[in-house]
Amino acid sequence: MKKEKVSLTFPPSKITFPLMTLLVRNFDLEVNILHADIHLNKTGKLIVEVSGEEDSIEKALQFINEQGITYHLFNGTLTWQEEECVHCGACTSVCPSRALSIAGPDFRLTFNKEECLVCGLCIKACPLRLLHLAHRGNETA
Amino acid sequence: MPLKTIDEINEKIREGKAVVVTAEEMIGIVEENGPKKAAQMVDVVTTGTFSPMCSSGAFINFGHSSPPIRMTRVWLNDVMAYAGIAAVDAYIGATELSESQGMAYGGAHVIEDFISGRDIRLRAESYGTDCYPRKSITTTINKYNVNQAYMFNPRNCYQNYAAATNSTDKTIYTYMGTLLPNFGNVTYCTSGQLSPLLNDPEYRTIGIGTRVFIGGAQGYVVFEGTQHYPGQERMPNGTPVGPAGTLAIIGDMKKMSTRFVRAAIYEKYGTTLFVGVGIPIPVLDEDMAMKTAVSDRDIYTVIVDKSGKTSFSQRVSYQELRSGYVTINNRKVPTAPLSSMVKAREIAQLLKEQVQKGEFLLTAPAERLPQHSEPLNRLEERGN
Repeated sequence: MKKEKVSLTFPPSKITFPLMTLLVRNFDLEVNILHADIHLNKTGKLIVEVSGEEDSIEKALQFINEQGITYHLFNGTLTWQEEECVHCGACTSVCPSRALSIAGPDFRLTFNKEECLVCGLCIKACPLRLLHLAHRGNETA
Repeated sequence: MPLKTIDEINEKIREGKAVVVTAEEMIGIVEENGPKKAAQMVDVVTTGTFSPMCSSGAFINFGHSSPPIRMTRVWLNDVMAYAGIAAVDAYIGATELSESQGMAYGGAHVIEDFISGRDIRLRAESYGTDCYPRKSITTTINKYNVNQAYMFNPRNCYQNYAAATNSTDKTIYTYMGTLLPNFGNVTYCTSGQLSPLLNDPEYRTIGIGTRVFIGGAQGYVVFEGTQHYPGQERMPNGTPVGPAGTLAIIGDMKKMSTRFVRAAIYEKYGTTLFVGVGIPIPVLDEDMAMKTAVSDRDIYTVIVDKSGKTSFSQRVSYQELRSGYVTINNRKVPTAPLSSMVKAREIAQLLKEQVQKGEFLLTAPAERLPQHSEPLNRLEERGN
């Protein structure tokens, strides 16, 4: 069994294509939609976590590619230089999964790695540049 | 007649008898005891803010070289500083960008590097004069080998600020952070109930000459800040519902700490400087006790469309903004702060301890800030 976080970009012509159903039915994958931004006749974005046999995932990715849908694998991990952080909260404004969050009463930034989609939006949103992408197997924090 | 004067409060501070609380602690004290009793109990309320403040910068005097130069153009780590003043004085502004690194490094980073004691590369040019024959110099400077180095910030401590959102279908990058399409998020930027000018909304005690905590050092309010606009619409408690008063502040940069001054980069906008400011407010009477007990529940601002495409405007309280969500067009929209409450509290707490120990005395303003004004002037294209 393998798990992958994948970002999918649907061209406007493919926005109604029932990809998730086909991934489940034809490739025996378990699909968990983490983030969706889909509008009719516009480019759509999905971030999903798929789990299944390694071979099936590979075949599914090939199938996705053949449909004209582009995919990107999140194969890194996000690191946060916590000791340098001033807890301003700017990164939380772009975090789609709320893995980075700031809330009362203490308003300290918290980072929940499990929830992180590794989408990288926060990297440039941090005014102090304290968030970085580290590649798998090269985890520093 | 005030219940007590600043002189009397200072006397208590010197004797170690002053009762000092933070602006957040004051909320509960007034709720419990009422403003009249609270004014008798508490002498000083400390405030704090740690926010990106673009209108910041520093004057540095480099000392004279041999032979001497009248610097006409100056760069510090490749960031241009304004040198159209006397021979070896320059002003480095927080938002000036590096000529070699662009938005990755700016005046704000020069300031942070200077405060941390690092060497900074100085490059200067001149046309040469009889009295200043030298035409160029390249060297390094740091905080130990220059003469005066003081932060002089024309506009800090905005008394309230509009929150930002984006009505368009594209992400926009602003000084209020990254704003997601279709009202995807809202950012806001004050320390609310801890903010200096929201705790003295009518500028009764904060004025020209007021001693302040700035960047870890003691500095002073030197004038009203640029764009000071006391005429902003106000709530019955005196707090404005949008940008209003501002302060021009000066402080010795050599005594500052990077714990309270940090360089910032806003994506596709540029650089700016996080400045930590704290101001102690004397509780002269019942009115000041009431004013310093203001809470996020009673402070409002407006959410505006930073894309400039619509005139969208929605009033909202800081309590709502701080809850993590606001409702726009019947939809729950996530909010995010840009101003650090953690740091604002650290400053208010540190300032409280400094006043308690007698290390920080209060000052009566030499002159009050303007309390009324016409709307701010606009820049028209004239004479074409």
